[in-house]
Amino acid sequence: MATTIQNSGPRNSAAPAGTPAAPRLRRSSPRHRAGITVHYFALVITSLVFLAPVAYMVAASFAPASDTLAGFKVFDVSHWGLHNYSGVTASLSSDSTGHLWRFFLVSFTVTVAVVGLGLVVNSMAAFALSRLEWKGRGIALLGILMLLIVPFEAVAVPMFYLYNDARNTLWIQIVPFIGNALSIFLFYSFFSGIPRSIDEAARLDGAGPWRIFALIIAPMSKPVYASVAILTFLTQWGAFLWPVLMVSEPNLRPLPLQISVFAGQLPPAWGQVMAFGVLLVLPVLVVFLLFQRWFIEGVASSAVKG
Amino acid sequence: MTTTSLLPPKSGTPETPARPARRRGAAGPAMAAPAMLLLILFVAVPFVAAIGFSLYNVRLGDPREPNFMGFTQYARILTDPDVSAQFLSSLGHNLIFAVIVVPVQTALALALAMLVKRALPGMAVFRAVYFLPVIFPMALVAIIWRLILARGDQGLLNATLNFFSGGNFGAQDWLGSELTALGSVIVLSIWQGCGFQMVILLAALQQVPGELYEAAELDRANGWQRLLHVTLPGIRTTLVFVALYTTILSLRVFDQIYVLAKSGGGLNEDATRTVMYQAVTAAFDQNNIGRASAISVVFFILVLILSLIQRRLTREREA
Repeated sequence: MATTIQNSGPRNSAAPAGTPAAPRLRRSSPRHRAGITVHYFALVITSLVFLAPVAYMVAASFAPASDTLAGFKVFDVSHWGLHNYSGVTASLSSDSTGHLWRFFLVSFTVTVAVVGLGLVVNSMAAFALSRLEWKGRGIALLGILMLLIVPFEAVAVPMFYLYNDARNTLWIQIVPFIGNALSIFLFYSFFSGIPRSIDEAARLDGAGPWRIFALIIAPMSKPVYASVAILTFLTQWGAFLWPVLMVSEPNLRPLPLQISVFAGQLPPAWGQVMAFGVLLVLPVLVVFLLFQRWFIEGVASSAVKG
Repeated sequence: MTTTSLLPPKSGTPETPARPARRRGAAGPAMAAPAMLLLILFVAVPFVAAIGFSLYNVRLGDPREPNFMGFTQYARILTDPDVSAQFLSSLGHNLIFAVIVVPVQTALALALAMLVKRALPGMAVFRAVYFLPVIFPMALVAIIWRLILARGDQGLLNATLNFFSGGNFGAQDWLGSELTALGSVIVLSIWQGCGFQMVILLAALQQVPGELYEAAELDRANGWQRLLHVTLPGIRTTLVFVALYTTILSLRVFDQIYVLAKSGGGLNEDATRTVMYQAVTAAFDQNNIGRASAISVVFFILVLILSLIQRRLTREREA
């Protein structure tokens, strides 16, 4: 994996001595083709390593209990069936365990609300900070930059204490994550790159700040909305620490918390846990495959923070 | 609050469409207010509260008034033999985690980015494969790996090692053994996080001007020389960002430790507990909000130091 990447370029050692105009390797040369073979070999081997855990999860979700923790037996397709999927639906179908559909509903509601409301609230704030002049703007901007450094982990414990009365509610899983300093910062950077003349032209046409924001700047900024949406979505869909502290009521558990509870049951039904895992990843996988380019660009753009 | 204004009195009718341009102070605060309010309630106030709580013996549901203790909580977690042993070892685990994960994950991510950067057919597929684990919640990742790493001949890893070593090696208790527990957590964390860094580095690699590589080729630079003199300087800022960001992530490690220790993972807790794990168990299991807050404050100071280093290093470059 860590070997140097083979490339088509010539090497010092390989250049024949005494021929100053040594011909560059052509695209069709045997060395070039060998380089490409090595390149694909490295890609395939690393891909297998990356896919192995995913393959295990899928295999174990179909395999019978006796094969789950029995080495390679899990890949014995002749034993596979859908019993784990029916099993997990049956296991999680009462109010004491929580209902399977409820966990999905909680995760969907929380994620959609945090992403949706976050986009509106944070982009609006970034617009005010980057394109309007008002008293206190400088201080507000400084405050956001300072809050950018505070990770959620640093405030989780005091929040657990301060908002303890709201334990086991849906809103306490949503509201604290709507305002987000990083999102504001990403919007701010993007908005700052849009020429001022656009606002001025709109202003001369009689548009106020709200209309300039909603009808001109926001529609121009789709890429940053996509980036922020994806970053927020990934964080929120996997959120674990806050639900651990705040949710004990089964029917209010989001998916990551529920799968850890389910995995901790005795005796553990690993096949069902893996079936749960597949169901948990599937919706995200579909979204990922549909919007792959946006996912990748969204993550890449988070580095502009540096 | 938003009514305070230094403006001339005639701006008192904000709906007049005649002079929207000079309407300073009306829309700005209104648009910023929701986000600012939420950030104050859910970041700034809890943050100040953490400092406050750390100076008292705060407990949940305790009818007595909390007593002021000064810096006793800090002294305890740092020097009291009964308490500090666990806290200092958790700090040590975060440190080991960072020292291994930051270089290994950054180098692996860079290698993968360079692999998929080449314009060959099928690169989009490989890029998607490396990125795939990023969409897996860490709680699920921990459970999958707990099964792969299962002890004896049960787990897939032991079965594989057993197969390739002809039965000589492969009954390791990866998560239970003191020697391999933290290493196992590191491996699964890198698996999950590497694709994220890869994508960021790939974007940076694509910004390096192609002419530089052509010039290097004319100078007969070999692969290593191109990496050292063209690629790495070309992505320096991003590399620094990725390395420091990963360091901060290493301090924040919690989900995988908690799942593996609490959900039947058989994880060796003493060999893997992290600072955040300590904070949560102090608050949750021991109902010691004061101590948990002190741990949170120490945690924040470490993050702050790293953030300041990051800003300094990236600013130096721009100057």
